[in-house]
Amino acid sequence: MTKSIYQLETVTCPSCIRRIELSIGKLNGVSQVNVKFNASKVEVDYDEQVITKDKIGASITTLGYKVLNVK
Amino acid sequence: MLSRFGPWIKANLYILSLTILFIASIVLNELLKTHYASIAIMLSLTILAGYHIFKKAIIDIRYKIIGIDLLVTIAVIGAMILGDFFEGAAVTYLFTLGHYLEKRSLEKTRSALSQLMDLKPTLARKLDEGSETMVGLDELLLGDIIIVRAGEKIPTDSEILEGVATIDEQMMTGESLPVEKTVGAKVFGATIVTSGYLKLTVTAIGEDTALSQIIHLVEDAQDKKAKTQKFIEKFARFYTPLIVLSAIVLYLFTFDIRLAITMLVISCPGALVIATPVSYVAGIGNGAKKGILFKGGESVDRLSKAKVVMFDKTGTLTMGKPELKQIKTYDFDENELIKLAAIGEKYSEHPLAIPLVEEAKKRGLVAQEEPSNLEMIVARGIQFSYQTDVYTIGNHRFDSVLITDQIREDIEVLESQGHTTLVMAKNNQVIGLFALGDTLRPDAKNLVTKLRKHGIKKLIMLTGDRDRVANVVATELGLDDYHAGLLPEEKAEIVKTYEKSANTIFVGDGINDALALSYASSSVAIGGLGKDLAMATSDVVLMGGDLVKLDEAIRLSKRVRANMYQNVLFALLVVLFLIVGVIFKTVNMTIGMLVHELSVLLVLVNAMRLIGKRRN
Repeated sequence: MTKSIYQLETVTCPSCIRRIELSIGKLNGVSQVNVKFNASKVEVDYDEQVITKDKIGASITTLGYKVLNVK
Repeated sequence: MLSRFGPWIKANLYILSLTILFIASIVLNELLKTHYASIAIMLSLTILAGYHIFKKAIIDIRYKIIGIDLLVTIAVIGAMILGDFFEGAAVTYLFTLGHYLEKRSLEKTRSALSQLMDLKPTLARKLDEGSETMVGLDELLLGDIIIVRAGEKIPTDSEILEGVATIDEQMMTGESLPVEKTVGAKVFGATIVTSGYLKLTVTAIGEDTALSQIIHLVEDAQDKKAKTQKFIEKFARFYTPLIVLSAIVLYLFTFDIRLAITMLVISCPGALVIATPVSYVAGIGNGAKKGILFKGGESVDRLSKAKVVMFDKTGTLTMGKPELKQIKTYDFDENELIKLAAIGEKYSEHPLAIPLVEEAKKRGLVAQEEPSNLEMIVARGIQFSYQTDVYTIGNHRFDSVLITDQIREDIEVLESQGHTTLVMAKNNQVIGLFALGDTLRPDAKNLVTKLRKHGIKKLIMLTGDRDRVANVVATELGLDDYHAGLLPEEKAEIVKTYEKSANTIFVGDGINDALALSYASSSVAIGGLGKDLAMATSDVVLMGGDLVKLDEAIRLSKRVRANMYQNVLFALLVVLFLIVGVIFKTVNMTIGMLVHELSVLLVLVNAMRLIGKRRN
């Protein structure tokens, strides 16, 4: 199990949390998503055998949130 | 002139071009309302400004979320069907502009934290086989040797190998006076060496440094939701679908699709949803800047409601370190007494021995002479020989020492003042008494006055110390009550009893008070760095051991609560006002969206007041 933290551009609406949590959470291989609204960070636990760090980042970007950096 | 605005224009190109299109739309709407060129411009504005809204709405439908983006999308589609292209364009533009401005102000409410992050240095001067090289901070490894000179920031948490320096640790402890540190001392990354030179060995890097841990803690705190905040979020989750439903009902009753769609636009719960979190975020951020760490919205709430404050004594109200308070001699020279005491006690590590040796140092009486036949006698004190005489220093239980009634009385007087006495005898004849005591923190009295002024009804001290000592401290500070001689579980029992009738704050150092801290409705730890347990168990941590910050913390928590209520009330009133306006047809879609976005901005501006440097 791997954990990556994606720093996004300032997230403005609380409904963004649900949008990100639900859609990233449904990706294959992702076991947990935690959106820190005020820090504009997304913490994702996932199985590296199934999905890559970059792929999750790309999915977040498709939702309309720019990823500034990943840790 | 143009070159100065160049970067700004570039950064805001999107919003600027939308604004130009919007102004063109307003003009065209007045002059050539139905011309195909006008419609083309309005449509392109709608698409340009709205594509990200529509995209989010489609994602939301897929995950069955009814959010604000969906409401706006429905409204825009409705406006298009009605043939009102201007309304559609105006709504998307205002929504996007609002979002853009909200983002900028939200960034500001969160700025306190990024200020902390900006403190992190980026480079380090690494010593490699005798030569210095500048390396990036992320290239440093544990155990690396680094050099820091005056005026530079210490790159990361380390230990001093060589050198002496005064270090400004204000960002860590809130202490404005620089501290002097030398070999063996630990220093923190991002603190500033004001003078001196240090050779350091790296003890923590990356996420393990004290600063990173604080940042992490504050981030977590800002996202830990208060009850009110959770309620608002739940409310919003049901509120939006309810609005959709009522718009449909409104349409079925009036067959006025324009009215129904306007209803959708103006009921967006934007200001309401953002009203509570921004107040907390701004308040918690402001606290962090001042060395007050709130663990979350809930901690802010609980602190603001407290009416009773309970303190631990040692280390909280007092310095927790005995000091020499009084010396009494019996036909003996005072300096000679201290010099002899220091000779005997110089190897003792007993906490009561240290102040005696320190006093001798202070008076320049440090003797190189060694005591002979030094003996530690458990539960009594020490005995040693020097020159031809035998000396004892200890409590009055040395059976051989002759204690006259006069001396017994003197001891009694000193102990009634809350002191602990040491008796010094030469060949079993008492030559002097040392009275030692804990000192009150310099700001303790000030704090008591301030707390009373700010609505705390009762101040109580709970201590494991003797009744006499507790009594002196409680009287000097003017506390309402004290309980002495308590075991940790007894402290907890007392907290529980008070908790039944009022909200309590327990202030302690978090380790031996852990039990009591967990029973109080709000717990505050007087922390410093390295007190990880204290930081972990309490609601609020006051950094740098500054007690007066407790008052500041309580006031800040009250300001946050007040700010949040103002915001919620304001947001509710705006929605209510708009709904009435729509029903009486005085508010159209564009004005509705405008007022809605303005209310969100006002809520943000109000929260920003909490970041300000207001002090009184």
